[in-house]
Amino acid sequence: MIVAKRKPFDEIRQLLKGYKKVLNVGCGTCVAVCLAGGEKEVSVLNAELDMAGKLDNNPIEIAGITIERQCDREYLEALDSKVGNYEVLLSMACGAGVQFLAERYPQIPVLPAVDTTFIGVNQAVGWYEERCRSCSSCVLGHTGGICPVTMCAKGLYNGPCGGTNKGSCEIDANQPCAWYMIYERLKGQGRLDCILEITPPNDWQNQIPRTVIQPGYSKPEAIAK
Amino acid sequence: MKSGSNLEKILKAGHFAFTGELGPPRGTGAEEVRHKASFLKGMVDSVNITDNQTAVVRMSSWAASLIVLQEGLEPNYQMVCRDRNRLAMQSDILGAYTLGIRNMLCLSGDHQKFGDHPQAKGVFDVDSMQLIGMVKKMRDEGKFLGGAEILNPPHIFIGAASNPFADPFEWRVHRLAKKIASGVDFIQTQCIYNMEKFRAFIKQANEMGLTEKVYILAGVTPMKSVGMAKYMKSKVPGMDVPDEIIKRLQGVDKTKVADEGIKIACEQIEEFKGMKGVAGVHLMAIEWEHKVPEIAERAKVLPRPVID
Repeated sequence: MIVAKRKPFDEIRQLLKGYKKVLNVGCGTCVAVCLAGGEKEVSVLNAELDMAGKLDNNPIEIAGITIERQCDREYLEALDSKVGNYEVLLSMACGAGVQFLAERYPQIPVLPAVDTTFIGVNQAVGWYEERCRSCSSCVLGHTGGICPVTMCAKGLYNGPCGGTNKGSCEIDANQPCAWYMIYERLKGQGRLDCILEITPPNDWQNQIPRTVIQPGYSKPEAIAK
Repeated sequence: MKSGSNLEKILKAGHFAFTGELGPPRGTGAEEVRHKASFLKGMVDSVNITDNQTAVVRMSSWAASLIVLQEGLEPNYQMVCRDRNRLAMQSDILGAYTLGIRNMLCLSGDHQKFGDHPQAKGVFDVDSMQLIGMVKKMRDEGKFLGGAEILNPPHIFIGAASNPFADPFEWRVHRLAKKIASGVDFIQTQCIYNMEKFRAFIKQANEMGLTEKVYILAGVTPMKSVGMAKYMKSKVPGMDVPDEIIKRLQGVDKTKVADEGIKIACEQIEEFKGMKGVAGVHLMAIEWEHKVPEIAERAKVLPRPVID
């Protein structure tokens, strides 16, 4: 899932400066699961903003709504009848959700309330770790299911570098060396031949905005325009 | 001859090579570079010019290489993958070669987190293995990585590093084999202190036939103090400093520690001279350039051979 964390409260207040009528839009998918921008977090943030406004003698009108997914047109429809009543939208979705909201309501400012952080896994409640950089050319098939682009601090395709430190990365003793792990796992599987070959320079595809159209589908005419 | 560099000639002629290292200044002006170079001239076959080492900004490696060249010393231009993408790397290689640089050392580079700009974006567009292949393609095929023809391709003697001590030890020799397959001509190793482990590494490399395909220069850094030895042991990733080294430095009079460090280095160099698979020594006398003449003298590697 996409993992995000809430922006510092003061930064959110700074973004909202001057606005009196705010609609805070939560997202019920990834950011809800990682406890950053779901229904509960919308209520908490709104209560804090309400309180801070009152303490400052500058009360604001703030409402909240959480939709299933801000990155899906189908669910955004539910907002169409509401947004006209507000000066500004605060979005607790990931960066994709914020942009999709802004695209749908171009006349209204849409402000982010979270920092989108990574594509990761849920290690335990409240504890998430990055696992994928969505590079568009997955090498996991020959790296033992461990991503060198994400997990190696230098993103090396032919590691490990000389900084491997007793199985840890040179940047942090608590960070395992990705290539050490890759080596150990492939060795255990009897597949070290996978990394004996040189991996050539990567064809970086995440340098421009990417589009995926699955086989059998096409851009609907009306939306494509 | 792949490049016609002095280092290549020395190695090809079968001489035991001796190379040094020089760190560019943190500022402008050629004087510091010339001053350091003055100690190295005639003492080494080629001198590595470091590239923003430890991720700290310094005068560019190619610029300091050119100053060294003016001083009559042959530079070994270091290039790290951390600070440039493939476009910048290739254009720097063209420029460096055009102005007389003939040796290059292809490195990943220390992570930017260690340096004076920890907020920087690390580039790592290509890794050191891929950089070796890119320089080889430029030289041998006369083509850029992208495939286009190069007008007057650069003839570079291609170097890379090898750390025989970092984990996993069993994989290190295979990584060396990968660098050879990528096209490396010579290797300079990480500083060696654990001789037993290094002997095992070279034995493996000999058995795999790797030392017939590449020149290996053993990395030597004399210890200046007990503090330095302890720091290298505990704080420098991928460094293997046995306790015996520290004990030996502690065992001498305080005024004689640096001398003992040089003595250890000279004993190592003596062993390397006779070690099958070792083609020379790379002396990394960090901020100790003025000691190189003394070390070279005591290591009995002088005079350096001159080849036309």
